[in-house]
Amino acid sequence: MLSWLKPAVFIACLIPFGQLAYKAYTGDLGVNPIEFITHFTGDWVLIFLLATLSVTPLRKITGWNDLIKFRRMLGLFAFFYALLHFSTYIVLDHFFDFQRITKDILKRPYVTVGFTAFVLMIPLAITSTAGMIRRLGKKWQQLHRLVYLAAIAGVIHFYWLVKADIRRPLQYGIVLAVLLGYRLVVKWRTPALLRASNKPPLRSPLEGQSE
Amino acid sequence: MLIKKPSDINSSEITSKELYLNRRQFILATSATALSASAVLGRFGSPFSPPLALAGEKLADLRKSSYSTTEKQNSFKDITNYNNFYELGTDKEDPAANAKYLTTRPWTVSVEGEVKKAKTYDIDQLTKVAPLEERIYRLRCVEAWSMVIPWVGFPLSSLIKLAEPTGNAKFIQFVTLQDPKRMPGQKYNVLDWPYVEGLRMDEAMHPLAILSVGLYGEVLPAQNGAPIRLVVPWKYGFKSIKTIVKIRFVEKAPPTSWNISAPQEYGFFSNVNPEVDHPRWSQATERRIGEFSRRKTLMFNGYGDQVASLYSGMDLRKYY
Repeated sequence: MLSWLKPAVFIACLIPFGQLAYKAYTGDLGVNPIEFITHFTGDWVLIFLLATLSVTPLRKITGWNDLIKFRRMLGLFAFFYALLHFSTYIVLDHFFDFQRITKDILKRPYVTVGFTAFVLMIPLAITSTAGMIRRLGKKWQQLHRLVYLAAIAGVIHFYWLVKADIRRPLQYGIVLAVLLGYRLVVKWRTPALLRASNKPPLRSPLEGQSE
Repeated sequence: MLIKKPSDINSSEITSKELYLNRRQFILATSATALSASAVLGRFGSPFSPPLALAGEKLADLRKSSYSTTEKQNSFKDITNYNNFYELGTDKEDPAANAKYLTTRPWTVSVEGEVKKAKTYDIDQLTKVAPLEERIYRLRCVEAWSMVIPWVGFPLSSLIKLAEPTGNAKFIQFVTLQDPKRMPGQKYNVLDWPYVEGLRMDEAMHPLAILSVGLYGEVLPAQNGAPIRLVVPWKYGFKSIKTIVKIRFVEKAPPTSWNISAPQEYGFFSNVNPEVDHPRWSQATERRIGEFSRRKTLMFNGYGDQVASLYSGMDLRKYY
């Protein structure tokens, strides 16, 4: 595996953040900066979630097993942008008005589902380390299926907040449907015994990684 | 004479490339200047009141109004680069980018329906219906952001009086241009086109309701609804229909585009009301563009003293 590839991908994942920081520095965030930051970071959460979810299908289809080494990085970047998105909401949009924020989360379905998506990602981020993978064993795989729910919740969040132009939420939804559909098709086609024997040893996501 | 604040941008600085090109298009389109001059003079009979042409042209002799707010106005740049005008694209910056497609001459507005004096006005006749005033109004979008905008226009009631509505005229319907070539956003049916809106007659006759032809002392830019639009400041912004081509007096409440799109979310009246939430988000607060903190939304957008009596006895939760 080319040793420069992982740092290169890491830097590439930071480009959207860099772009945002630059725009903020040059005052190029548009007429409604808080709205721009919210939408920009939200977009990238979805993009990174979808990227994370495409690793396994791409691996299986192309046979490039090394792709697995990037899955954690992509997932954590999804969480990074989700943290930015959520912080923008709490700090910039509502400035710690926790009474209003709680009301929003409880009463506004699109906020409820968005908050849910964020909360679902927290245990995934926390258990992303090698130590956690070892410690949780079989349960790690089960826990990390929550990413499916997080992605679905994220797309619904987007769909429920747009006024009338549903094109972009729909595009994300279609990509997500394909990525999840792939897993369903694989599951149906693979008899249970074969599935069990096909499961890679639990340490394979960490092969070749330095900690 | 329009007295500007010193911080206001020089009009020569803000005329954008799009507007400049529009102007050149206009000159080219009207072939010989002599021909167009005589056509203009012949039509209006007066060499001293040239027709309002295109965005960027100054509007003179504007009267001030006691209905104007003294709050800080948003900048011309903000007002012309952050628009919900789906006919020119659904992103906020799209209308400014696509403004160049919306040519506003020639333009007619048909006044019809339950009136004694139906008439099709050329836009330049319409702007002479009453003396132009400066009206600095708050505009509150249903999305929970707001601006303070120095409109130029005249009371809608002036036009209504000229039309002489019959006893059957209980409501007024407004219709926007339907032309995907000039408004490319209409190629996508995010809403049913053309955009339609309506007011109850007493709302339309209220002195606050204006037809606007300008902004910041200049002819209205395309992205703000040129050449003529409605401004009803006590209602959510989508009621202030843009690029009007038809004004029809009708007996029953006319259909309105956002109500057609989502009837449980957008009602006919759509008065700004912090106590009645949008089904999907709160209307209790708003972001004034340019400010960091949110503001509490005011009942009727702060115009309650002037308009609350129109709705006395009405359950505004039911008639949202």
